[in-house]
Amino acid sequence: MRVRAIAVGGALLLLTGCGAADMTKQASPFANAQGAKSVTLSVQSWVGAQANVAVAQYLLEHKLGYRVDTVQVDEVPAWDALSQGRVDAILEDWGHPEQEQRYVKDKKTITAGGGLGVTGHIGWYVPTYFAKQHPDVTNWKNLNKYASQLRTAESGGKGQLMDGSPSYVTNDKALVKNLGLDYQVVFAGSEAAQITQMRQFAKEKKPFLTYWYAPQWLFEKVPMTEVKLPAYKEGCDADPAKITCAYPHTPLQKYLNTDFARSGGKAAALLKRFKWTTEDQNEVSLMIADQKLTPEEAAKKWVDGHTSTWKAWLS
Amino acid sequence: MATVTASTPRVLPTGLLRHRAVHKLLLIALAAAVLVPLANARWASGSWPSALTVDLTSPLSKASDWIIDNRDSHPLFLYFFGYVSNAVVISVRAVYLVLLGAGWAGVTALGALVAWRVAGVRLAVGTAAAFLACGLLGMWVPTMQTLALMVVAVLASVVVGVLLGLAAGLSRRMDKILRPVLDTMQVMPAYAYLLPVVLVFGMGVPAAVLATVVYAAPPMARLTALGLQSADKEVLEAVESLGTTARQRLLTARIPLARKELLLGLNQTIMMALSMAVIASVIGAAGLGDRVYQALASVDVGAALAAGIPIVLLAVVLDRVTGAAGDGTEPRGRAGWAYALAGAVVVAVAGRLLGRLDWPDTWTLNIAEPVNRAVDWMTDHLYSGVPVVGGTADWAGHFTTWVLDPVRDGLQGLPWWSVLLIVATLAWLIGTWRTALTAVLAMAAIGVLGVWTPALDTLSQVLAAVAVTLVLGFATAVAAARSDRVERLLRPVLDVFQTMPQFVYLIPVVALFGVGRAPAAAAAVVYALPAVVRITTQGLRQVDPAAMESSRSLGATSWQQLRQVQLPLARPALLLAVNQGVVLVLAVVVIGGLVGGGALGYDTVFGLAQGDLATGLVAGAAIVCLGLMLDRVTQPTERRTGKGA
Repeated sequence: MRVRAIAVGGALLLLTGCGAADMTKQASPFANAQGAKSVTLSVQSWVGAQANVAVAQYLLEHKLGYRVDTVQVDEVPAWDALSQGRVDAILEDWGHPEQEQRYVKDKKTITAGGGLGVTGHIGWYVPTYFAKQHPDVTNWKNLNKYASQLRTAESGGKGQLMDGSPSYVTNDKALVKNLGLDYQVVFAGSEAAQITQMRQFAKEKKPFLTYWYAPQWLFEKVPMTEVKLPAYKEGCDADPAKITCAYPHTPLQKYLNTDFARSGGKAAALLKRFKWTTEDQNEVSLMIADQKLTPEEAAKKWVDGHTSTWKAWLS
Repeated sequence: MATVTASTPRVLPTGLLRHRAVHKLLLIALAAAVLVPLANARWASGSWPSALTVDLTSPLSKASDWIIDNRDSHPLFLYFFGYVSNAVVISVRAVYLVLLGAGWAGVTALGALVAWRVAGVRLAVGTAAAFLACGLLGMWVPTMQTLALMVVAVLASVVVGVLLGLAAGLSRRMDKILRPVLDTMQVMPAYAYLLPVVLVFGMGVPAAVLATVVYAAPPMARLTALGLQSADKEVLEAVESLGTTARQRLLTARIPLARKELLLGLNQTIMMALSMAVIASVIGAAGLGDRVYQALASVDVGAALAAGIPIVLLAVVLDRVTGAAGDGTEPRGRAGWAYALAGAVVVAVAGRLLGRLDWPDTWTLNIAEPVNRAVDWMTDHLYSGVPVVGGTADWAGHFTTWVLDPVRDGLQGLPWWSVLLIVATLAWLIGTWRTALTAVLAMAAIGVLGVWTPALDTLSQVLAAVAVTLVLGFATAVAAARSDRVERLLRPVLDVFQTMPQFVYLIPVVALFGVGRAPAAAAAVVYALPAVVRITTQGLRQVDPAAMESSRSLGATSWQQLRQVQLPLARPALLLAVNQGVVLVLAVVVIGGLVGGGALGYDTVFGLAQGDLATGLVAGAAIVCLGLMLDRVTQPTERRTGKGA
């Protein structure tokens, strides 16, 4: 092993020792450690993304014989990593027009990998138990009436609208201002903190108003109802400062590193064909996040029960 | 861990001191009387006037665009950063392959035998147990990845640190230039410079190693410089009289004499590097940190703890072993080392022959489930509705409404010039006009950067958290100083608090205190408490026994003794504890941003998450300025000591 380490080191030195050091051609030092073909997937911090990766990883490892490394990265840095070949694929992207322009259209270092089959939607939600008691809370026009009930120590004298991780797309501060709502946006700072707080509220059947998104496994645990915002129209979110409309429905996309897409063989082919439904994703997410199965166990369970779905990805 | 080199302040006769204090106050009042009306007439707003800010958004965005566009073609990247990056990848890979090749038995044996040679049998047994525990927790491969990363990062930090330390130790001028640089490297939240490092090197191991070096090299540099400067003058003169050259003197006398400081520096560097292992996982460092980070995403405290414990174990083992090496009490011989090495090789080969290279899957212990159940029980029963005392959520609410809000509103309500005046007065009363000037300039820089309001919000959180830390810390320290048993019991607890990655306790903290500034303060208290307790206990214990004895013979009660003899005599240590409390609390501001602390901490996290160099770097710089200001305001001594060094 020691000899091999030196040999590998020496070979790399020879390869890079003369001429330019290409920074786009560096894999992780932990990849291919025991002589296997490997794929690196980017995992985002939410569980839906973990579910995609878990299933893709399981299939790549057990059906195609790859070794899979996963790296957890925030969304925007992940695009950068993808363009440099540090990761080979992002399986769930919620729309980053600026990055798309730069890397897919201009630099062509990233290739679109097709749709994931899941449609994402961001919105404002209240717990269903609260919506049942006060049905009119589900329209934004009545939100001010409930501001006092949604007050917390953090929100000062106003109602609290809880936002999550800084990596998420959000117009909430502008929305609150432009719609004249008596609310304070409180940033939980991370999805983990936000989920923990929501579950704590739900345990006590306390009312709350939160930024949240679907598909999400938490809906199975804490049923929530969406608050209607002024309808989304194409282009109504063009000026972030003047925004007064809801968030769009986004078909989630996959992206591959261009080199990998070209020469990634069966792995790249599988990742391009990978396409499933919201229900499928939720099933796996819930096993990971709530039943605390490891992502691998959860993926195995799903794979065992849905042969027809993934068989199509392999052929 | 966080060992602090205490130093004595200049002691002035009280009469003189009072006289000088009055002088200073009068001067400040005079300056204020002239300057304030001027400032007020020109920029009458209460908050920092926008006329006096500089917007860095456009240059910083341009810089980041330039890097992205030129990264694959510009010679700077192809012929410099590319090589650095390759070198890191190759060395980490080499170490990793050697560790994997040695197998779990070989690595454990090697660790134990090295510990035996350096520090004796007890630590050898402890080391072996720690490695086996990592395997038992199902974390063998991530532990090896982290270890490989650590070996390379620590080596690089030591090289950088020793070079900087040599420069500072041999030249007064370099020392002066380097000191603020080292301060900044340590106080700047790692989150803020992760993004620039990622832009240049891309996600992954090279960026993680370099970010770690930035963070871990300063203690090595400081202690190297200290060791060189404090070498015994007489020995040096004796060596000089032998007609040696400057280089010979350095190699044969000054460096060997500084051995103790160098080893302490190594110890501190290892600790700092390990504490970066988790933060670096945010940019793809893999290993244990990544496991903690991924567990956090699925809100799984148990899994996070399973990956956090090996980090704690590694930290404790490495701390004790390098600490013992620094004491240099164990006998050493070449033969012993040869036996140790041979033993390790034999075990590694035996492991290979038996085909037991990988840790067997069946030998793992699943702690995630019981831990999660315990956390659930705790939050179910403590969150609210506890009779008489109220639940933790109520405390958090009261703390926010009665402490955090008034302090924040008070600070933000003050006119900007009066904040500067207060800072100037405090810093000048405690230090010299130089420290006062630094503190005021640091505070003004925050205003110029355009983050005055969030910075005062952060400041209010830091002040509140420091107050809580000091109350708890002093109370604990008094108990520990009075009873050996309490101190013994406390030691492992403090070790765990200090080395457990903060990401592990984020979720419990939110589950107990809800989202907001209160959990941020709680996380800061947990992190800063051990250092405060340690320094204070040590200070109280070092009080002259004769003074204690005589007060007892005069019939003082235990309480009187504490209040009138022990605490006053331990004043330098108490002040140092305050200073360290402030610095450490500030170090967790970013972690607070992850649980709803908002303000600068959130901005720093936002910068990294959105690839927004302007927001992240400016917030990071503001945190450095806050740190600088608070340090100058709380540190009366001439020589200052940085975080952990």
